Amino acid sequence: MPRGVVIVGTGQGGYQTAASLRSEGFDGPVTLIGEEPHLPYQRPPLSKDFLLGKQHAHQLALRPSQFYTANRMELLAGERVKEIDLAAGQVRLASGSRLAFDHLVLATGARNRLLPVPGAELDGVCYLRTLDESVELRQRMEAASEIVVIGGGFIGLEAAAAARLLDKQVTVVEALPRLMARVTVPLISRFVMERHAARGVNFRCGAGIARITGEGSVTGVLLSDGAHLPADLVIVGIGVLPNVELAREAGLAAGNGIAVDEYLKTADPRVFAIGDCAEFPSRFTGSRVRLESVQNCVDQGICVARNIAGKAAPYAATPWFWSDQGDLHLQMAGLAPHIDESVVRGEPESGKFSVFHYFHGIMKAVDSINRPGDHVQARKLIALGATVSPEQAADESFDLKKAASGRIT
Amino acid sequence: MPIITYISHTGETTRVDVPAGDSVMEGAVQNGIEGIVAECGGSCMCATCHVYVDEAFLPLLDPIDETQEAMLECTAAERLPNSRLSCQIKVTPKLEGLIVRMPETQK
Repeated sequence: MPRGVVIVGTGQGGYQTAASLRSEGFDGPVTLIGEEPHLPYQRPPLSKDFLLGKQHAHQLALRPSQFYTANRMELLAGERVKEIDLAAGQVRLASGSRLAFDHLVLATGARNRLLPVPGAELDGVCYLRTLDESVELRQRMEAASEIVVIGGGFIGLEAAAAARLLDKQVTVVEALPRLMARVTVPLISRFVMERHAARGVNFRCGAGIARITGEGSVTGVLLSDGAHLPADLVIVGIGVLPNVELAREAGLAAGNGIAVDEYLKTADPRVFAIGDCAEFPSRFTGSRVRLESVQNCVDQGICVARNIAGKAAPYAATPWFWSDQGDLHLQMAGLAPHIDESVVRGEPESGKFSVFHYFHGIMKAVDSINRPGDHVQARKLIALGATVSPEQAADESFDLKKAASGRIT
Repeated sequence: MPIITYISHTGETTRVDVPAGDSVMEGAVQNGIEGIVAECGGSCMCATCHVYVDEAFLPLLDPIDETQEAMLECTAAERLPNSRLSCQIKVTPKLEGLIVRMPETQK
């Protein structure tokens, strides 16, 4: 009797693997194991509409519970895998039972990086990754008056925008000299900061945190330069750490993510890793990367399901990302770890523009602000391996759509 | 709750009550209707919730905004004048009886 596929993790990638296994015709047993007690749900709204109360929990579920029964998937929600026993081809669960597999898919995701300063344990210091955390944060935000957000990345800025929409005082503290430094260029960092500032967000960039102040509950944030920012709520968004421990303890290689090949397979041919926890060779950078995005989870889930269903193909999907921060709609296509030229299309003053990034004359990535048309065409061009010259990109009369459909090169 | 009719590519018809305020995409997903994938969860970042809206209801819909217009460029099935992304159609009482047809493929 086939043992089937065991999927560890019920986030976007775990769900997608299960769904795609069925749509690709895999007929054996499929088991999904996740620590959270919920049906697999979408995370992006947790820092956007859901945080503002504009969306309800029932709208977050990726599929209703009937989906899993109708597709003969066993969903173990609120269960934890304690150990992978590769020799036996089994996982051992926290509840004590063992589950055998033919294929194991590690979609273990990531966890919040914790703020490593004194006072971080005080009541009122919150993180934002799970549904439960978002529900709690929403209640606390409504009650708060002064909020400090630690971390000027996507999560921190989305939370700051939400806090301003609730008319709260907000200060964002960022350790680096500019916002979103890990993912974009200075021009966009500056533009985004100006737009948030115009909506009333205060910024402290290049600022270290000495400690969180308060007794029992948070009263503020003490910066390394001695400044004290009063706060009755602190939101920490300083990145995540990939959940690689299960794999590592089983003897599978893991550095900044569980090491997989272009088929998303570990050194053990039965075991795959996908999504935020996986480090894979990217055809777009020529290097090993680990991505944290919905697109990557979905497309890697599909890729692994096809591989298991006997339709093996290397992972090749074009990366894209987005962040909605109040009225700023930031969309990114491609990956550009090295950039030697960036050109702007459109007028930043108009609030709608894109920045095209080049390396050795090849278009590698495009960041768009409120220019969805550019984003879509950039995604197509990058997927095709096509490029437009920096001069063409900067020329608004140049038709990107025609270039992407191959009529102009 | 308004009743929405979803018709699959093969002609299978499903009628469901969708709460006002939810999107036509959410109505499909939460009722287990296949044929709407909704990869990005309703953020208008993919085009996998593409539907063809029954002509009679087109005048009742909000105009297509810039983001939806861009994403409609990426539908896997042919884009037609009545193509819409179902995540961008909010269900309201005036959409009672709305009929949408799903394309053969979303990806």
